[in-house]
Amino acid sequence: MSMPETETVVRQLTLGDAIREALAEEMRRDSRVLILGEDIAEAGTVFKVLTGLVEEFGPDRVLDTPISEPGFTGIAVGAAMTGLRPVVDIMFGDFIGLTMDQMVNQAAKIHYMSGGKWKVPMVMRTTMGATRRSAAQHSQSLHAWFCHVPGLKVVLPSTPYDAKGLMKSAIRDENPVAFFEDKMMYKLKGPVPEEDYTIPLGAADVKREGDDITIVATSSMVQVALGAAGRLAERGIGAEVVDPRTLWPLDETTILESVRKTSRAIVMDEGYGRYGVMAEIASVIAEQAFFDLEAPVKRIGAMHVPIPFSPPLEDATVPTEETVCEAAEAMCG
Amino acid sequence: MTQAAPTRTDAALDRWLRMYRRMLMIRRFEEEANDLYTRALMPGLAHLYIGEEAVAVGVCEALAPDDYITSTHRGHGHCLAKGAELDRMFAELLGKRAGYCKGKGGSMHIADPDTGNLGANAIVGGSAGIATGAAFSALRLGTGQVAVCFFGDGALGQGLVYEVMNMAALWKLPVVYVCENNLYNEYTHNSETLAGDIMTRGPAFGVPGERVDGQDARAVHSAARGQVARARAGEGPSFLLCDTYRFMGHHVGDVSREYYRSKDEESEWKTHRDPIRLLGEALIAEQAADPAGLDAIDAEVSADVARAVEFAKNAPYPSVDEVDDDVYA
Repeated sequence: MSMPETETVVRQLTLGDAIREALAEEMRRDSRVLILGEDIAEAGTVFKVLTGLVEEFGPDRVLDTPISEPGFTGIAVGAAMTGLRPVVDIMFGDFIGLTMDQMVNQAAKIHYMSGGKWKVPMVMRTTMGATRRSAAQHSQSLHAWFCHVPGLKVVLPSTPYDAKGLMKSAIRDENPVAFFEDKMMYKLKGPVPEEDYTIPLGAADVKREGDDITIVATSSMVQVALGAAGRLAERGIGAEVVDPRTLWPLDETTILESVRKTSRAIVMDEGYGRYGVMAEIASVIAEQAFFDLEAPVKRIGAMHVPIPFSPPLEDATVPTEETVCEAAEAMCG
Repeated sequence: MTQAAPTRTDAALDRWLRMYRRMLMIRRFEEEANDLYTRALMPGLAHLYIGEEAVAVGVCEALAPDDYITSTHRGHGHCLAKGAELDRMFAELLGKRAGYCKGKGGSMHIADPDTGNLGANAIVGGSAGIATGAAFSALRLGTGQVAVCFFGDGALGQGLVYEVMNMAALWKLPVVYVCENNLYNEYTHNSETLAGDIMTRGPAFGVPGERVDGQDARAVHSAARGQVARARAGEGPSFLLCDTYRFMGHHVGDVSREYYRSKDEESEWKTHRDPIRLLGEALIAEQAADPAGLDAIDAEVSADVARAVEFAKNAPYPSVDEVDDDVYA
């Protein structure tokens, strides 16, 4: 764990509060940072993550926009090119489809197409994660879409500590960064020190050490993996949980070191497995650590169905600790 | 459309001759691009601006050097009108290292911070957000800059244009939306693609509009000046509709065009509505220039273009090991 060990008790913050604190600190540090999105000012977003920011920074820096995701994302691209450092808030990750041209054909390519002359230092914050009973258009985890595009960086924090440090790095980065927050984790509490810190983009974190099997997990799946690792320990299996934290840049070194040590790997992500994040990380392991493996790499992700509404159906689409334990036991058997 | 001759002052005369020279430079540039393309020296696509020169030049003449523009796939004219150099333009068209984008952008993506060019954009309407965002920055940072978004009538089919016009009006952003109505969305006449009246679109958002003869450089300039001044004064966005015509095909390879427009129509525009000839004849009629003087401009511009083409042809390609440079800043 990269959390500093201290004698004093570190305060506990929720993941939502950690993100708000990161934004507030960056806005105090740099007057060019501002946020645009729907219902973000007085409403503080539908998840209340930005509550209080408009009171401190005013409506010129915390802007309520029309419901025009492509429009305000495009405005952020142009603003980022010309001296501001905008953060756009896309309420539900499902809505990134609306912004695709601005992110994929504009933001991601402008630096390259211009021969390095124009930069697009912007952040798109958005959400992911199912089981909120919000059905198929408000529940998807679509971060893999952005991972496919050269020129974008993609961040998925799994703890309040990581969320704060990664958000600060995302805002300070000179490139367009997509930052995916699991909406079911906003109330998750964890230690966040008072001191200023950042976490570099491209540095994985070993959340739990173990010798028998590596579980590479992202965002909400880190918590599932940690729960599973605890249960596996009782059954005599040491699971190491590696959180890449950023999917691009991807810290292949830390993942491969762990896999070479344990010789088995499960890759977990709440996105779809088919052509997704898990497929990519599994390929990295297969290509570079094949001869260290004792078993085929296992992918565990969302079922390949639109997210259903009915609670028992929705719950069935998301991996659980038991899913992971069963897979790990089979691989270590 | 006959207009009274604009008031002639020394400054105005200088401006008209500068505009004439710049329009001719674009024309000669595009003719050379056409030649390079048809001789297979230029890779990719070439969407020529011939026939529309008065729009880019008339508008950019109203801008300060640090004002912003965004351009389109048919963008050579906008880039040159905003001050791009011929040699680096040609070098980019040929994919050479000396080009504006080190050869990575090509004809459809020329960008240049030094002339306020945020980039030509090959997604129709795709730059409307960028131009509006630049205006947003100018307002927030208090720089006094104005942004111009050039787009064609085809972009009127894109929702993004209306989304950002709405926000530009709400936030009083210093942006001018310049619609080059050349009548065709690629190979389809816009009578098949546009419902209603183009001029009612801006007022729906409280964005005032003006319609000008896009073949009359001085009329374009005069309207643009007013709208740019309005934007700079903090009064918000405006919409400028310029009626113009693409003398060539959608791109150089579009040679058999009779299925979507007649040769008579093309001939009518080329013969009677050529913006360069119209300005030249007007300047001569007003005794603001003489034929020999205009010929001399042509000779100078043509020589500049010829030199720039030679530069680009002789310039080296980028080294292959640069292929993954600049993906990230």
